[in-house]
Amino acid sequence: MPETTFLDSTEMVLNMGPQHPSTHGVLRVILKLDGERVRGTECVIGYLHRGVEKIAENRTYQMFAPYVDRMDYIAAVSNGLGYCLAVEKLLNVEAPPRAQVARVILTELNRIASHLFWLGTHALDIGAITPLFYTLREREEILKIFEDYCGARLTTHSFRIGGMLYEIHEGLERQVKAFCDMFISKVDEYEELLTHNRIWVERLKGVGILNADSCKQYGVTGPVLRAAGVKWDLRRAQPYSGYEKYEFDIPTAQNADTYDRYTVRMQEMRQSVRILRQAVEGIPEGPIMAKVSKAIKPPVGEAYVSIEAPKGELGYFIVSDGSTQPYRIRVRPPSLINLQALDRMVRGALIADVVAIIGTIDIVLGEVDR
Amino acid sequence: MPEEEAKPEAPKPAPKAPPTMAATPWEGDLPREIKEQFGAQILEASTYLGQDFFRVESAAVIPLLEYLKLDGDFDYLVDITAVHYPDRPQQFDLFYILYSFNRNTRIRIKTQIAETETPQTAVGVHLTADWLEREVFDMFGIRFAGHPNMQRLLLPEDWQGHPLRKDYGIIQMDNQWVKENLGIESGQ
Repeated sequence: MPETTFLDSTEMVLNMGPQHPSTHGVLRVILKLDGERVRGTECVIGYLHRGVEKIAENRTYQMFAPYVDRMDYIAAVSNGLGYCLAVEKLLNVEAPPRAQVARVILTELNRIASHLFWLGTHALDIGAITPLFYTLREREEILKIFEDYCGARLTTHSFRIGGMLYEIHEGLERQVKAFCDMFISKVDEYEELLTHNRIWVERLKGVGILNADSCKQYGVTGPVLRAAGVKWDLRRAQPYSGYEKYEFDIPTAQNADTYDRYTVRMQEMRQSVRILRQAVEGIPEGPIMAKVSKAIKPPVGEAYVSIEAPKGELGYFIVSDGSTQPYRIRVRPPSLINLQALDRMVRGALIADVVAIIGTIDIVLGEVDR
Repeated sequence: MPEEEAKPEAPKPAPKAPPTMAATPWEGDLPREIKEQFGAQILEASTYLGQDFFRVESAAVIPLLEYLKLDGDFDYLVDITAVHYPDRPQQFDLFYILYSFNRNTRIRIKTQIAETETPQTAVGVHLTADWLEREVFDMFGIRFAGHPNMQRLLLPEDWQGHPLRKDYGIIQMDNQWVKENLGIESGQ
């Protein structure tokens, strides 16, 4: 091979991360560049790998529950819900109606909190600093509700296998109603700042297109898939926790670009408020915990249960050998699988767009690496 | 030490048959169609807790994935994962979870492979298999034949062993690290 000098070569390799403010954690991307254009990428991940699946095999079912909150720590409540539903499926128990409604309330609040955090940091990446302060201000209100319920703000461990440990605190309904009344006008405010903002539109429109076919090939789910025009949401397709009782729309868009993923998430926040309003209206009376024995021993078998987490399909595949410890727990993390499509999305894009595209996938490295 | 070796070996209790999954046969058009197409390669078509799965010969997995994608609308590969059973001659269970947007159903394909076996990669059928198979290799040491980039996904390249195997102790790595880098016994 002839020796090439820097000037002769058309390709330049640029390292981005793992310590980079726009990779949302410790993601390292190796970019192959042709001038300003990206010709290919390679993701280096695993910096936050804690071996969660191995830990699970050495813990009882109850002991493992707090660990799942540490995967997607931005949406810890969703993680807990998925895990509890999976173990409940193996045990063949169902949470009582009161717990199901309370679960929906906390999960939808968490979805809003997750989207708010995404919006703030994504806008920050693009160069709009103000929205971050606004979105964190509203997210704080949600975290206060979590704190009032269980004392924790982020890694709440709010659900237990078979229901919930704590009774709903006095004032939850009032707090959630007050939040809903306040929040819609705040979403309008964010949209006023961004939706028709010239810089925002120019930076996002037509950037990072991933059409419906590619989404399916890469297994990409969540808002990214819906922005490609696929009206698919597990809350509607395979309802759990009583989601079939609530009226809400599945927002979609057609262009499958970064801007559309923004509009889809904005509408999803509005839909979550709709669900919240319906849920707090009719919290049924009754027990909050199903009868589950202290020693949880699911019969020998396997089950896969997935939910619509804020980032996509979050699945738990559990194999039980009949003992108190799971034989194997596999987490199907939406962040990891959505991140895989990054390469397809950035090919041909400008180097400045890479930051926008990483932001639009909405990854949490704690969940990518587990 | 000699004193310890002198202990007589305790008589082993008769091994109890391990309990098995109480699955029921899966009836319907899809399993009938698949059984007609693939014949004896389909070992089992069952349902457990309302979740349907096929147990198949390992050679049949990729043709089955392809058939299900093209003729059965199962166009979304949700996950690939493995489970390790060290006491079995065929040590690994490989799982493929599939979903069909049109049918709104999810099924699993399950196969057993031996430690020396290299199953075919599914990247040619579903692009998402790329990282999923790399993770299975990383965690279990199962190599997929024909994979474009069979490297570790999460752990560093020089990592020893495959952590999700049952014979991989959770503190051995730590002890080794302490010994190499600090020059002391970790005492764990």
